[in-house]
Amino acid sequence: MPLVLRVQALNKSFIMHAQGDLSLPVLRDVALDVAPGECLALVGPSGAGKSTLLRSLFGNYRPQSGSIRVRHRTNWVELVGAEPRVTLDVRRHTMGFVSQFLRVIPRVATIDVVAEPMLRLGASPEEARRRAEFLLGILGIPDRLWSLPPATFSGGEQQRVNIARSLIAEYPVLLLDEPTASLDAANRDSVIDLIRARRKAGAAIVGIFHDVAVRDALATRLYPVDLPGAPA
Amino acid sequence: MTTPILSAKGVTKRFGGRVACRGVNFDLWPGEVLGIVGESGSGKTTLLNCLAGRLIPDEGHVAYETASAGTVDVHRLPEARRRLLARTEWGFVHQDAREGLRMGASAGANIGERLMAIGARHYGDIRRTASDWLTRVEIGLDRLDDRPAAYSGGMRQRLQIARNLVSNPRLVFMDEPTGGLDVSVQARLLDLLRGLVDSFHLSAVLVTHDLGVARLLTHRLMVMHGGDIVETGLTDQMLDDPQHAYTQMLVASILPV
Repeated sequence: MPLVLRVQALNKSFIMHAQGDLSLPVLRDVALDVAPGECLALVGPSGAGKSTLLRSLFGNYRPQSGSIRVRHRTNWVELVGAEPRVTLDVRRHTMGFVSQFLRVIPRVATIDVVAEPMLRLGASPEEARRRAEFLLGILGIPDRLWSLPPATFSGGEQQRVNIARSLIAEYPVLLLDEPTASLDAANRDSVIDLIRARRKAGAAIVGIFHDVAVRDALATRLYPVDLPGAPA
Repeated sequence: MTTPILSAKGVTKRFGGRVACRGVNFDLWPGEVLGIVGESGSGKTTLLNCLAGRLIPDEGHVAYETASAGTVDVHRLPEARRRLLARTEWGFVHQDAREGLRMGASAGANIGERLMAIGARHYGDIRRTASDWLTRVEIGLDRLDDRPAAYSGGMRQRLQIARNLVSNPRLVFMDEPTGGLDVSVQARLLDLLRGLVDSFHLSAVLVTHDLGVARLLTHRLMVMHGGDIVETGLTDQMLDDPQHAYTQMLVASILPV
């Protein structure tokens, strides 16, 4: 089976210089492969390093050693130690990340926040806008809110704006950190439908899903994560 | 891939016995916004001035890839050539707008001057372009003939940005462009800058001590401490997973809102 993401011997510790160079090992020799159409759910207790792994895959956290290779356009690209412009290009074209919280940009309208990743890929403003409206509609954001900046929206609304923004570009690799954490049942189901459609279209997904129903609906495989040295 | 638009090699500047910046190396790629962060006195502004040819470094050199004339050594250009470059292919946004504007000339003239420097001669065209830019930086056209002395701090800063961008530069240097402004004025300016950088595909070097500004505007960061670059990386990496002791201290000092 062709792969799109391949992680080998990944190690990540946090070294706190203000605490006498205290070292907190979080990931040790992590290895995983993900193929198109797969959804790998990271499972493990709180604090086990699931988010650290996900953020490392996105190039947000910097592992000390090991390899994270992603299929980017037609090449394999190494993300551990990559130059900033390489990581940025991978994020622009290949890899999307849905975090629990939207980092709000002051004064930018919701519709433009959502359309931006698609514009960056060269879509026309009309096309990007139409797609953004479609996604916001499916996610139940009322159209009277589209022209407002999302800063004052509720947590659940912001999360859905975030999901729309991350799904609009149809990235081949999607990383999801609790994508339904603050949603009610109806909105949760729309998010599940959208993500499942991406998976069926061939996206490779790695996610953290606290909600077992969401995990069951999306995951094709479970990947246990635990702290180095923790009892198995 | 393409070549860097700006490339610094071993840039060192001393004032007397004191080192302001030491052995700075980096490449700036087209379309990249690079932030230089650190506390006051860390050497950020000195470095920026060396990069823009406003100061001559004691060691090292800075190469700039011109639009059509190949690569030049910024500090070996004849003064007239460097000034021309600064007016045409570059912009420089000062923290204090008074340094970047002619305070005695009207807003329209401040913008028009840059256009005339690149050869515009038709009065009607110049005035039209000046009006377009005032609108773009959200200044009412009824203020076109006012002098910047009669403008608020935020308006002056927006006018300075218009004056810098009207000539369609490829590379912009910015020194604390939002420093000294009210928070709400700052947000408006940041949003404006972000949009302009994006739509004109500008390359930029931005000096700031404000990590929030850096998060919003820059792709990557260099952290300066005592004249040295102590850490570099993608902006989100540096802010979310700082590795150097000094960067960790800076990030831990951000006040939560």
